[in-house]
Amino acid sequence: MHLLEKKMKPQPISLKMLNVVSVLLFLAALGMVFLYAPLEVTMNYVQKIFYFHIATGWVGMLGFLAAAAAGVLYLVKHDQKWDIIELAAVEISLVFFFITIVAGSIWARPTWGAYWTWEPRLTTAAILEMVYIAYLLLRQGIDDSDRRARFSAVYTLIGAISVPITFMSIRLFRTIHPVVIGTNSSATTGSFDMTSKMLVTMFFALFTFSVIFVNLFWHRIRLGQLAEQVEELKLEELQ
Amino acid sequence: MSNIRLTARQKTSSRFFGAVGAIIWKDLAAELRSRELLSAMLVFALLVTLIFNFALDLDPGTRRVATPGILWATFAFAGTLGLNRSMAVEKDRGCLDGLLLAPVDRSAIYFGKTISNLAFMLIVEVVVLPVYSVLYNMNLFNTGLIVVILLGSIGYIAVGTLLSSMAVQTRTRDVLLPILLFPVVIPILIAAVKASSGFLQGLALTEVMPYINLLIVYDLIFIAAAYMVFDYVVEE
Repeated sequence: MHLLEKKMKPQPISLKMLNVVSVLLFLAALGMVFLYAPLEVTMNYVQKIFYFHIATGWVGMLGFLAAAAAGVLYLVKHDQKWDIIELAAVEISLVFFFITIVAGSIWARPTWGAYWTWEPRLTTAAILEMVYIAYLLLRQGIDDSDRRARFSAVYTLIGAISVPITFMSIRLFRTIHPVVIGTNSSATTGSFDMTSKMLVTMFFALFTFSVIFVNLFWHRIRLGQLAEQVEELKLEELQ
Repeated sequence: MSNIRLTARQKTSSRFFGAVGAIIWKDLAAELRSRELLSAMLVFALLVTLIFNFALDLDPGTRRVATPGILWATFAFAGTLGLNRSMAVEKDRGCLDGLLLAPVDRSAIYFGKTISNLAFMLIVEVVVLPVYSVLYNMNLFNTGLIVVILLGSIGYIAVGTLLSSMAVQTRTRDVLLPILLFPVVIPILIAAVKASSGFLQGLALTEVMPYINLLIVYDLIFIAAAYMVFDYVVEE
């Protein structure tokens, strides 16, 4: 017990401030989505989900890239901290891509007429979730922390290479997912022209969720460090 | 001077290929004597085709559409069985430790295991194709299809060998390999199924080419990636 008290550090003040900022930003984003952004003409209220759908997808993407980078850095540097960062990024990305998929399904039902279509982005997101689950199962199966970190980093790397190729290979078929930003082809269903207020709301949501990502990432890394300390303490007790 | 350097390089490269060859020879010789891997893979592959027959009720109309999918699902399942076994044998009998002690580049072990795994998978495919042709009265002897099967198997085994050498070192090894492998070989399965069905339906080469290119790109990228990271997987 005295050992724990000695080593356990409270949340730094900057992290506590970030917690408050994240909550306030989230409430503001929610307010903007429902009060500031105009109603879309054909899709009405259903389209509101778009802002958080995009924003959570963006966070998932950030997590995916962070995990890949941490994996490479671990293999180069062999420093346990990159393993903690990698796991944190994977877990956050897993949860946020799941939210994106669920939100997308809720949007897809009234717009496309089905909760799920085998469309490139949807399918890739689902496969990425599978990669993450496999990653977690792989970690679970290894006791030695050094080996766990090495294998996880290798698997993150393999996943990071294969998922974009998966996306491209599914994209060889035709797509019905709307490309809201950039070029818009008339073949897609559910696309719409964004007014400037909608754009502002979207970018605010993106910003908000980026802050939330940093906040969660920080918490999860801290948790990983604490878990590592607990492991060390257990070993000390055993000896 | 440059002559001496050249011969030195030739020596290392010949030693590398010698090591790769030795591992392949070891695997093939062991398999020739025990035949446990190939017979299991073959029986399994034939059983999977049998199950598909009843599961999908393969009348002639369905067959035409479903054949590429059935073939690739069969190869993928039989492939995992072989990969798991081939690596587990190394691990269980301490052979992997012996290989790691040998003064050769670690990637020689990777390439040796990959090529022998590929040989086993190709043997299974060589048996399954004519059997399938006879059972379902379809002509599968199509040069394009054979190229697709070769390219697809190379990619599948390149990733599979790397991941199976990871999976055997975990507690949950037998169940882990397919879970690790399938989500990352999806590009191979998509491209191989599409290209196979293109060739079987006699589509123009230009329509099939994107998928062939995808297979080649996947193979090259993953052989290179596995070559780079294999050291981390077997390091102790």
